[in-house]
Parts: sequence; structure tokens; C-alpha cells
Amino acid sequence: MKDVAVVALAQSPPVRRGTGTTSGVDMLVPLLTATLEQTGLSRQDIGFWCSGSSDYLAGRAFSFVNAVDALGAYPPINESHVEMDGAWALYEAWVKIQTGEVDTALVYGFGKSSAGDLNRILALQLDPYLVAPLWPDARGIAALQARLGIEAGLWTEKDMAQIAGGTTDDPYVAEPLREHDCAPFADGAAVVVLASAGRAEQICDRPAWITGIEHRVEPQSFDRLDIPWLAGLAQDVDIVELHAPYTHQEIILRRSLRLADDVIVNPGGGVLIGHAMFAAGLARVGEAARHIIEGRARRTLAHATSGPALQQNLICVLAEKK
Amino acid sequence: MEIGFDYTRSLGPTLGAFLTGLAGRRILGSRASDGRVHVPPLEYDPHTHEPTTDLVEVAGEGSVVSWSWTASPADGQPLATPFAWALIRLDGADTPMLHAVDAPHDQMRTGMRVRARFADSPAGSIRDIVCFIPTQDPARDPGVRQANHVPAAPQDVVCRADPGISMTTTPIHLRYEHYASPEESRYLRALAQGRIIGQRCPSCRKVYVPPRGACPTCGVPTGDDVPVADTGTITTFCIVNVPFPGQRTKPPYVHAAVLLDGADIPFQHLILGCPAGEVRMGQRVRAVWRPREQWGPTPQNISHFEPTGEPDADFHSYASHL
Amino acid sequence: MRQQAAVVGVGQTHHASKRVDVSMAGLCREAIDRAMADASAAWADIDAVVVGKAPDLFEGVMMPELYLAEALGAAGKPLLRVHTAGSVGGATGIVAASLVEAGVHDTVLAVAWEKQSESNAMWALSINPPFHMPLGAGAGGYFSPHIRAYIRRSQAPVHIGAMVAAKDRRNGALNPFAHLRQPDITVESVQASAMLWDPVRYDETCPSSDGACAVVISSAGQVKGRRAAWVKATAMRTEPTMFAGKDHVNPRAGADAAEVLWRKAGITRPADEIDVAEIYVPFSWYEPMWLENLGFAAPGQGWRLTESGATAIGGSLPVNPSGGVLCSNPIGASGLLRFGEAAMQVMGRAGEHQVAWARTALGHAYGGGSQYFSMWIVSSESQ
Repeated sequence: MKDVAVVALAQSPPVRRGTGTTSGVDMLVPLLTATLEQTGLSRQDIGFWCSGSSDYLAGRAFSFVNAVDALGAYPPINESHVEMDGAWALYEAWVKIQTGEVDTALVYGFGKSSAGDLNRILALQLDPYLVAPLWPDARGIAALQARLGIEAGLWTEKDMAQIAGGTTDDPYVAEPLREHDCAPFADGAAVVVLASAGRAEQICDRPAWITGIEHRVEPQSFDRLDIPWLAGLAQDVDIVELHAPYTHQEIILRRSLRLADDVIVNPGGGVLIGHAMFAAGLARVGEAARHIIEGRARRTLAHATSGPALQQNLICVLAEKK
Repeated sequence: MEIGFDYTRSLGPTLGAFLTGLAGRRILGSRASDGRVHVPPLEYDPHTHEPTTDLVEVAGEGSVVSWSWTASPADGQPLATPFAWALIRLDGADTPMLHAVDAPHDQMRTGMRVRARFADSPAGSIRDIVCFIPTQDPARDPGVRQANHVPAAPQDVVCRADPGISMTTTPIHLRYEHYASPEESRYLRALAQGRIIGQRCPSCRKVYVPPRGACPTCGVPTGDDVPVADTGTITTFCIVNVPFPGQRTKPPYVHAAVLLDGADIPFQHLILGCPAGEVRMGQRVRAVWRPREQWGPTPQNISHFEPTGEPDADFHSYASHL
Repeated sequence: MRQQAAVVGVGQTHHASKRVDVSMAGLCREAIDRAMADASAAWADIDAVVVGKAPDLFEGVMMPELYLAEALGAAGKPLLRVHTAGSVGGATGIVAASLVEAGVHDTVLAVAWEKQSESNAMWALSINPPFHMPLGAGAGGYFSPHIRAYIRRSQAPVHIGAMVAAKDRRNGALNPFAHLRQPDITVESVQASAMLWDPVRYDETCPSSDGACAVVISSAGQVKGRRAAWVKATAMRTEPTMFAGKDHVNPRAGADAAEVLWRKAGITRPADEIDVAEIYVPFSWYEPMWLENLGFAAPGQGWRLTESGATAIGGSLPVNPSGGVLCSNPIGASGLLRFGEAAMQVMGRAGEHQVAWARTALGHAYGGGSQYFSMWIVSSESQ
């Protein structure tokens, strides 16, 4: 495998109800400008562009097409898109670099969660015949998983509150979940630039090298309490950025990863300070890379998730050395 | 803006049999190759991936495996009064199914016994189970945490007859709030005053109308507002003869690309005021505005474009815009 | 070092306007099961699954590959979902091939599908956000003006569109999976059909179909003597939907992608060196337009290639022997159908629509406002 590193990143601060457009252009233009400036690259220098987003956030078909306006895609660019969080677009870009076709890639993820009622819309990710027609809201579903863990003795409501810095005095919003247990949906975008060895060192003083990247999907269910394939992936890691839209899910991830007690988790607050769906997972990778680029860590791990109850997960391990 | 459709879903043999069973107040599950009974049934065996052939009947009552509380039910959810989402393992099933339990909050408990309440008139959907309600038999409610599950006793295997129900209809209606960007807002406000304005890209100097968040070839935010005439040249067009759901104008009508004088990109609009067959590439046209008192911040202030009667523009004057 | 990737199996559904006999899972599995059988592959052989589909609004399911994961055999495995508008089927094939070329996986299953009869394709394509003129007339309304511009620019005679339509529909009659199979259609009957979006007639327009296509792609080391279609080159290019000076008739993104493709495959004379082309023609006039865009004919001359009969199955450059998009258009799958049919040709698996001696084939897809282009070249030879 080729050595590939994150050499630049940018994110918009998550905004609960932005007045931006659903096309994503207004969120993306400043981030693209910032990352290109960070790298000293021009748009023409980027070998491959890849993005992640969802039509159901934008409320129209082919919604990702408008975002291409932000790229200045002329002369035409080598570009692709996944209907997934930008973290998976990063995976596609990493694979593209591995083929040797390109040595740089710019990845972006974006979404205007506030355009619609996402708590309701996410019911459409469920079995369309026998589950979605009941319109189960996302919180109500997540709460089922939370209770299972509580009653299995794996965590308590207090453990969940602690993650969010809340208390069990607060009222429930979807018992046993409280407001502080649920990451608030937000509008946002994230950009990450990748480069292969040889280029990376020219672009960035301390590239964050991707030493491992893997993802898997499980059968869809609401009662998952463990993700076995994560075990052992967080060895020797200083900081971990977890994409946990609910506090109990952070607990599930910590346990599944077998995190050591001294590992720092989500120093920036993770998505609990604002869950910009479709950018959030990519932003975890960006954050995990930033700790290395800024000299705060030797090895970090980023996690991204997709689907209900941690159905699909991606792990990216980054290090200061190849 | 509302997006809605009544989706018509064909079920295939397994799900068709399941809903046919529900209509007859029977709940069916699939028996997998490892002997486990899945409710609702899986269409394919999780281990062999073969299509399901064995459907078995399970009881209409079972135990709550987990639950969460919905204090304020939303549109489309099973009940209009507060209820619990629950994972319910029916007697005879090895997996839980999701549904709603209609019970007072203080009665909800993991392990409680519930039974299905069927709709009076089945409609051929999962909602033919209206909800689950507590059984009346307290002696069968152990009120303890879910013990290790005992495998289901052998059931009579139901031969898969041709399902009576093969389709189900699911209405999906979603509301989205779209914001105009600042440039779009200025453009819309100008339209409200009977003026058309475009935006010039500071880099390539081209004038775009309607405005875009960024110049699509340069990727930079477009800057200056530039007045654009309400006269122009038809570059190309088609005559729409075909009706379709959601259509706003009755066919036949001409859908044309009009290069407004002062703009560098054609503007899509309707051509009326002359027989469709007489419309030509290169034809000079002018906007026909609706009565002033009907104006609002919308391009619909212009009802259509009509020929001015001037000589057609030379092909080369608009050839590069095709 | 880039590994070589090869298609070892192709499968597709019987495409139809409404596949009311199956669920979404059933539709996908029909194609997948055929591809796995064609490849003599076992489920345990599959390392990863790449799914392609066009807008989720068509089926009213958000990211359906999530609830379908187990049915698709992806549970416990890596799963990607590509969406690049109408070109998605092509992009799906390219992403799947890249996973193998990158050395990440040995065997990848790609499946692209659409069950658009669950709603209505024209409705979904015509949803206009607020602040815009409600003009949407579906895809036909979008592409017809550009066809008019091509006819004007090239001075092509008006019967060319009908010639392509008649050819493709008769080809479809040789393809047991095609949605539209019209062995008796003629140029005259096409010209007599209703005008939908002038200048495009009813019979020159693709249908709306439910369908799926699946391919199994493996690394050289895993081919193990199976007949294979070796992936020689892939290319993807994108440009904005609309920009000042865009050439909608001969889009630069398509021309650039083709140029890169020929160069990577070492092809200098495409019209001579390509034995068969499956190109994305949803409205019949796009055959001559894409022949030019791809470099098979000089600008303004594509229609002559069509008119000469070169693009018929016995001709010098058969185009869409499967019947193409004009016969079957499950939007999410159509691109992979082109890529898959190209592979079937060089594997000698195209049955009645087999082009004799096909050794090198092109698969092509486009989407959006003539802005997303994906293409691949496959060959019966690994070297």
C-alpha cells in the first residue's frame, strides 16, 4: 500500500439553523479557499475530488450537483460522489490514490440538516415495507439501544450524562434519552486534502499519515451493543475522535475499541456540540489529523458512523510517522 | 416546500406472505438455516443467502425487550397519544420486531407481556397491527430483566402459498425550508421591482443570471450586481407536448434558453405569444411581465417571453452558448 | 503497483416498467445471483460490495443499501454507495475496479439498480426548489434543446434520430433482458410516433424501467482460468451543469474523459481499435453526438457514421448491440449495464446480440446536465 497523508483540513463551525442554502456552496467556498491556501495548491493541482452528501437533507434529487459550482470545475475535473458521510468519500479518494492514478485528492462532505426535520426524515433509512411506515423517529430508535445497554448493566444514565456534561436531573426527551444525550443536528461542511508520500512532505510540515483505514456494515438492527471488529484498532493511540450522535453510542464505541483509560476522547466535544450530518464523520478524520499536524499527538484514531444504531462504521488511524 | 408522493411498493413473495398473514391476524416469521426464527421475516437467509422458503407462524403476543417513551407523537406515528416504541419478541420468534406499545408510562417495563391489536379493516400494511397493548394476565409478566433466551419450540411450518397481498402503499410527505442566498435575495428583490440583475464573476468577468453562489468555472463568489435587459435571443428550445405529474403549464408549450442582453449564460423560460412551430433559434424575444400588483420576489413575475418581431440574431452571435 | 482487474461475471434483471413481482431486495438479488453464477463465485469470495443508485427520492428510501446490507451479502463487509447522477452505474463499476486495482480487495461485487416505478421518475426529476421557474419538463425537456442545437450545428438530416431508435429497438429484440423489444420497428414508424419534446419523438426516447445490473470483478490472481473482461482503462470527468460558454452539445468533460481513456489504453484510432461500444444514449440523437464527443468521428460528422450503418451489429463500429438505454433505463443501473454489456461482449457472453470477434469494448455513461462522464475499456486479453 502507498503511504497517504492528510495534509490540510477545514470545517465550518456547526450551526444549528443556518440561513445558508441547501446547495452547500456557501458553506464550501470558504473551506475550499482555506485548504487550498493551507496547501499552496491550486484547484488544477488537485488530482481527484470526492464528496459525500444526501439528497434527503437537501430535499431534492441530485442535490450534490449544485455543490460542484463551488469547485470551479472547469477545465473538467476527476470527480466522484457517494451518498454517504464524507468519511466514505475520503475512503474512495484514498483508494484512488492507491491505484496510482492520482497523488492528491480533495474530499468534502456537507449537509444542511436544518432544512428539514431530520429526526423524522431518518425514519426513511429503515426497512421501507415494515418499519419506516410507522415513522419511528431517530431519537426514539436510539433510545431503545440506550435502554438495552442500561438494563444489561453495561452503562448507567449517569455514565451517559457524564459524557455530555449534563445531569440526570434533566428531563427526558425520549426516555431514557435526555436532551444532552442527543447530538443536536446542525448545518456544516468539512474538507480534507490527501496526498501520497513524495507530495505530502512538500505540502505539509507534519503530514498525518494514514496507517490504517477500514470500514464495515452490519445487518440493520436496533439492539447492537458491541462492534467486535473494532477491537484492537485503537492500540497505542493518544487521541480518539468518535462520531457518536448519542452519548450511549460513545460508550459502545469506547468499549468496542477497548480504549485504554488514558486515551483522550473527543477533546473538541465531538458531535455533541453540533452534528452536521454527512460532514461529521469526515470532520472526525480532519480533527484526528489536526492533532498530529499541530504536534499534539503521535497517533490518533478517527471514527465515522452511518445508519441507525451504529450500523455502519469506518475507522481511520493516523500517525506522525509513515 | 413540501415534497410528497404515495409510493407504491411491490412486496415480493416473502413480504407479501407476511402482510397477507397480518391481514388475517397471523404473524409470520422466517426460519433461517440455523433454526432461528426471524420476525419480521428475512427475505434471504443470513448465512446461506438463499431466498427464504420456510415461513412459520408465531404468537400474536410476546415480551418487550426494550422500550423508549414518545411524549409528543409526530405525524404519521402509530398513535396520537403518548406511547412507547418497543422491541417486542413474540413467542416463537428469536428476534424482536419494532412497533408501538399503547400503555400508560408507568406500566412500561422491559419484560412486560404485550399482544398485537389488529386493525378492524386491514389495508395491507404493517399498520394492520395498530399497536401492541399489555396482556391482561399479570401472572405471565415476570417483571424481570430479559433472561437468556430459550430457543423457540418447533412450530408447524407454513407452506408458502401465493400471497394475496403483493403491493403496499406508503405516503411520504416531507417539508423543507429553503433559504435564498444573499445574491439570490438581491435578484429576487429586483424582480419584485421589475428588474433583472445578474452577477459578474470577478475572475472571468462573465455575467450570470440567475445568480450562483460561486462562479462555476472559477469557484469564487460572484461579486457585482449587473443590470440585465429583459430582452434577449433564443439560443435553443424544445416544444413540450407531454403531460406529467407536477407540471405547471399545460402543453404544448415552448421551453427555451434565452440569452438576455447583457448576460453570458442563457436563462430558462417559457415562450408564448406565437404558435410553437414558429419559434426559432436566434429569435429575438422580450419578457412579458404580469400585472405590477401581482409582483413578488420571484422569477414568476415574468409570465413568459414573446417574440419582438426584430430580425433573428445571427447564428454566430449565440453559437458559443449552445 | 497498480493491479489488474477483470470482470469475471455479469448479471442483470429482466428490465420492465414495473417489476411488481419483486421487492427491492429481490430486484437486486436477481442481478447479483446471475452475476455470481456467471462468475462461479461463492458468497464467501466477495470481499466488498459497491452499490450504485440514482436519487433516493425515486424509491422513497434514504440510503437503501443500509437496510439491504444483509440481503446483498454485505453484512460484515465493506459497503460503499456511489451516486453520480445518471452516470452512477459507470462510476460504480469504476469504484469497484479501483478497489481491486489498488490491491485493497481481491474480489468485489458491484450492483447498480433502480426501482423507479415505486414513484414516478418525471415527478422526481422535476422537483423544483423555490425561487426557481417551475419549468422542469423531465429529462427530455432538458436534453431536447441541445439536440436541436446539434442538428443545427451539424446540419444532420432529420431522419438520423429515427435510424438510431429503430436500430437500438431491434437490437433490444435480440436481448432477452431488455425492457423494450421491438423487432418490427422501422425508421418510418419512429417518425410517425408522437412528438414529445420537439424535436424528440416518443419512439426516440428511453423508457422508465425497474432493473438492476451486477458485475463481479476480481484481481488477476483470482481469475483462475475463468473467461474474463480485463479492465484496460477507466476515466471519470465532471464539469458544472451550466456555465457561461458551456458546450452542451459536445461537452468538454466527455471529450476530456475519452482522451484520457484512449491514452491510458494505448488506443490512437478509436474507430478502428474498438470493436463494440455500449454508450449511454437515452434519446436517439445522442448516438451521433456521443460518437463525436468520444472521438469516433470528427465534430459534425457523427451522424454520417450512423447513417452509413456502421453502428449496426454487423457494421464496423457496432453501438449498443444490447439495445442500450433506449431499450432499458433503470436510471441507477443503466451505466453499469453499458459497462457490463461491454464486458459480456469481450467474454463472448452476449448471446444473440454478440458482436463477432469482439475483443476490445467501450462502456460509457453520463449523467446530470451532460456533466458527469464515466467510461471504461475492457479487453479479452490481459496484456
